[in-house]
Amino acid sequence: MTTITHHPSDALLAAYAGGSLPQPFALAVAAHISLCLDCRATYEAHLVSGGAVLEMSNTEAVSADLKSNVLDLLDAPVAAKPAYQRSGVFPGPVMEALKGKPPRWKSLGMGVRQSILSDGRDGSVRLLYIPPGRAVPDHSHNGLELTLVLQGSFSDETGRFGVGDLEVADHTLEHTPVADPGAPCICLAATDAPLRFNSFIPRLLQPFFRI
Amino acid sequence: MKQSPPQISALTASMIAVRNDRDRAAFALLFDHFAPRLKGFIMRSGTGSGQAEEIVQDVMLTVWRKAEQFDPERAQVSAWVYQITRNRQIDVIRKENKPLPEELGEDPSAEPDASQILAVEQEAGQLKDALGRLKPEQREIIEKAYMGELTHQEISTQTGLPLGTIKSRIRLGLEKLRHELKELR
Repeated sequence: MTTITHHPSDALLAAYAGGSLPQPFALAVAAHISLCLDCRATYEAHLVSGGAVLEMSNTEAVSADLKSNVLDLLDAPVAAKPAYQRSGVFPGPVMEALKGKPPRWKSLGMGVRQSILSDGRDGSVRLLYIPPGRAVPDHSHNGLELTLVLQGSFSDETGRFGVGDLEVADHTLEHTPVADPGAPCICLAATDAPLRFNSFIPRLLQPFFRI
Repeated sequence: MKQSPPQISALTASMIAVRNDRDRAAFALLFDHFAPRLKGFIMRSGTGSGQAEEIVQDVMLTVWRKAEQFDPERAQVSAWVYQITRNRQIDVIRKENKPLPEELGEDPSAEPDASQILAVEQEAGQLKDALGRLKPEQREIIEKAYMGELTHQEISTQTGLPLGTIKSRIRLGLEKLRHELKELR
């Protein structure tokens, strides 16, 4: 495992642990934690804080029969959900988003490919495949964007990003990420805005969403 | 419940008994402790009493069914229950599954190290004390964060979290946790 140098901020990890993040960002952070022991430790520490908030909550009396209902159901059979394992360069949460299947790549030209994992109201997340020397396709720069490297590396004005590194960018960052020489760069790119397929669409037409 | 060293909290001992021995009496103790707190916690987000109880039921059943994943050397019982609760709330309220990190693929040891459990409990206790000492408005924003109610703006600017004291407590606990995780690799 290479050394990871770009991590989500503590506040972002807290927002993930608390469940405030929209789905696309939650996936990027979950995938990063899967690759990064330091952030796993921070995340687990945030769960302890969450546990403390739970412990300090006011109690509400539960119905008289809730306990007996639960006790009766303890051994009722339940269908197990499939647990997705890491496969190749894709961590478990990414495999889950792929439903256990390999990505379905679509060409964006110049050898660059993408596989959209989700694109909806709360943003989008996709896998990008970028040959060495090629620029990472323009992201939607309306809001926050998280890019996690899964294979190879890319560099931009702010530094070099290798496997496991997470770049956090917002609209104030003017950058041109380019895949480094070597293996093609595969990354997971999450935004909180819908994907822009055509850069000629005026930004004003982009619906603006809040969570 | 048997053979648990006396210093370990009753909650942790009950959870270990549920995990190792499928102990129903221990589970009933956990239910009595957590169910009213869970209901209070869930209703604070605006969920009605009936739906809150459904979520409490789901959470407590998950505590029983997934007990083998509980690792007292890494997590405190309330932290573990908290995680299950938030996942279930997101499932029910937002109709989506929260993506979770991979499991480390190492089963918790059947005979956990009591001194490590105590260390985890101690850190958690101090964290709780630190939370209790915050000014009400600071505590409110921390609670908001852990109830999953940060706004888009608060996430984007990342300035909405006065983690301060909490953060220093988290940091103290981190080294131990990192050490534990690296042992697992």
